[in-house]
Amino acid sequence: MTDASMTPAPAKPKRSSLSVLDARTRKRNAAETRFRMYGVAAIAVGLLFLVFLFASILRSGIPAFTQTVMDIEFVLTQEQFEEAESKMLKTGEYQKIFVNALQSQLEESGLEVAFDNKAIERIVGKPGGTIRSYFLENPDRVGTPVSFELAASSRVDGYFNGRVTRENIVDSRFLMASDLDLVDALEEAGIIHGAFNWNFITGTDSGVDNPGGAGLGASVIGSFFMMLVVLFLSLPIGVAASIYLEEFAPKNRWTDLIEVNISNLAAVPSIVFGILGLAVFIQFAGLPQSAPLVGGLVLTLMTLPTIIISTRASLAAVPPSIRDAALGVGASKMQSVFHHVLPLAMPGILTGTIIGLAQALGETAPLLLIGMVGFVAREYPEGFLSGFTDANSAMPAQIYTWASRADPGFYEKAWGGIIILLLFLITMNAIAVILRRRFERRW
Amino acid sequence: MSFVKLAASALTLSAMAATTATARDQVQVAGSSTVLPYASIVAEAFGENFDFPTPVVESGGSSSGLKRFCEGVGENTIDIANASRKIREKEIKACAEAGVTDIIEVRIGYDGIVFASQINGPAYTAFQPADIFNALGAKVLVDGAIVDNPHQQWADFNSDLPASDIVAFIPGTKHGTREVFEDKVLLEGCEATGAMEAMITSGMSEDDAEDACIDVRQDGGSVDIDGDYTETLARIDANPNGIGVFGLAFYENNTDKLKVATMGGVAPSTETISTGEYPVSRPLFFYVKKAHIGVIPGLKEFASFFVADELAGPDGPLAAYGLVADPELSATQATVAAETPMGGGS
Repeated sequence: MTDASMTPAPAKPKRSSLSVLDARTRKRNAAETRFRMYGVAAIAVGLLFLVFLFASILRSGIPAFTQTVMDIEFVLTQEQFEEAESKMLKTGEYQKIFVNALQSQLEESGLEVAFDNKAIERIVGKPGGTIRSYFLENPDRVGTPVSFELAASSRVDGYFNGRVTRENIVDSRFLMASDLDLVDALEEAGIIHGAFNWNFITGTDSGVDNPGGAGLGASVIGSFFMMLVVLFLSLPIGVAASIYLEEFAPKNRWTDLIEVNISNLAAVPSIVFGILGLAVFIQFAGLPQSAPLVGGLVLTLMTLPTIIISTRASLAAVPPSIRDAALGVGASKMQSVFHHVLPLAMPGILTGTIIGLAQALGETAPLLLIGMVGFVAREYPEGFLSGFTDANSAMPAQIYTWASRADPGFYEKAWGGIIILLLFLITMNAIAVILRRRFERRW
Repeated sequence: MSFVKLAASALTLSAMAATTATARDQVQVAGSSTVLPYASIVAEAFGENFDFPTPVVESGGSSSGLKRFCEGVGENTIDIANASRKIREKEIKACAEAGVTDIIEVRIGYDGIVFASQINGPAYTAFQPADIFNALGAKVLVDGAIVDNPHQQWADFNSDLPASDIVAFIPGTKHGTREVFEDKVLLEGCEATGAMEAMITSGMSEDDAEDACIDVRQDGGSVDIDGDYTETLARIDANPNGIGVFGLAFYENNTDKLKVATMGGVAPSTETISTGEYPVSRPLFFYVKKAHIGVIPGLKEFASFFVADELAGPDGPLAAYGLVADPELSATQATVAAETPMGGGS
């Protein structure tokens, strides 16, 4: 016995203890710790990107929501009104009247800066259109003092929010360094100041030389009509297709083929649907270009697979016992589906639809091809029905258009547009999450 | 079952919408991204000053605009194509085949093409067409022989230029600007360096030599930009050594980020372009389908408004944005007023 304990057999493995970790366990634990750290690092990198993205969007986009405006009161005489209306470029004439009124007002106020007519022209934006439409709507105000709040030019706007500074300004015919003295003087006199830019949210697109007048409103309406088309076409078609495939269709080679194709369709790049839309809806069917109706039809094609796949998944998640019970008490197949299965699958279908819609809302590529990019969203649709057919843009298309314009003021507008678009998307996704949380049932 | 109702109402709705869509009441314009800014300024002013709805102006490049223009006559084809070059014989033929015969050509003014680089980048301040050709040509003349372009840095062929890598962002082939770049810079440079002569003496026909001259290198020194000038600007922002090809108006809007180079010793400006001193400029056009005048409301009014003195003249908003006004604008106005189609009138 004693010599057995003195000389243990060399082949016998060492007894391991639960409280003392051996090398292999330590190695396994270390691997796990490392893996967790990788995971945390991956999430941290993701979050960092997100924070960076949001910070840069907010930093570049927030200035789009404020605008530099000038408070001016002036009188338009009847003769001036008639003279301006007789010209070809009427808005240009109103602009001249306005610049002259401003100049005489400044001369009277005795500001201690040198300025001339040209300098004022560079500072004011393009107020001609606003002034003309005001007097056309209120002809009785001609000849009485009217006070206007008019947007200043985009360079002055840039000076107020830091895009243009005295250090980086290069004299050009858009703005001279000497004009900034005048702007400062006007600010001191309280004539020029910053204000919230409602026009950016409600207004329409403007020409490339007038970033101050650009707004997203018309294209929000365009997006709204497109989403109506997508909702009212893709929801019934998608739900009907998936109910048939999931509940009624025989399982054979044909339905397999259809299933594979639906999955493939979900992965087709969206620009392909744009080409299809151009060829089928515009060139063959003769629908109007740049119309939200066509945009909606194209996006319907794109959204259908998403809705079908999510609807089928939520139908399949309803336990067979529900169907069996319904059939067992004498319901027909259709009754069991519409009275029992579909209501239970509804939350899943709705979330799938909303996510599909959100995807469609942010889609730009197919809209490039059906003419919704460019100088389009200049007018609001006249009525509900013409909202579908009147040329209009959509939010992402409008952002794309702005981003490609030369004036840096539009670049800012594009970022501002992204903020609005993101707000819409976040709202829609939040609704989807709330619906799922509230109504989802687990078995 | 509410889905059946829903589906039915959706279908009726879209059918109703489709039937109301038959008559188009606004002018549709597409084409050159260089003309787009001017067209959008005019379109906005047109909507503000007339009772017609504001025209819709799309971009996409001169070639794609003319292609859509030549698709045929009818309300689902565009009325006006913008182009930063003249329409080609081939395109006129394609138009005629599709039934688009009477085309009114309207020249709105001139645009300069400038070479600009990052404001803090190397001193690219003076170029000759020969420099651009030596930097970007596929085959250049080195020591009397035509070889594949060996130049890696600007200083390799001209010691006056900075010793920095050659990277140029030039407009892609679907842009009308590319054609001007080829004709007025590469071809000129090719002749000036003697490469053209060397090619012809080596047995090439003149046409082949011209084609070889406008070939750009494919080894990364020259990058085609198919998008707008904003894309070129973004590339230059990211690459201090890069030089880019821009329209004069775009450069003038971004003088805080870009510095411009002289070409042949002349600095680009509206003055030097209108006098013809600055060599790289081109006329801008739009083409009107005569068959649509009288059918699409406001089409003729829009065309004549576009070239009116108040807009396209030297003091108009287009010139303020960077267009070089056409000294022969009144002839253009007369063409539009008389609806004189191409070929027939001259």
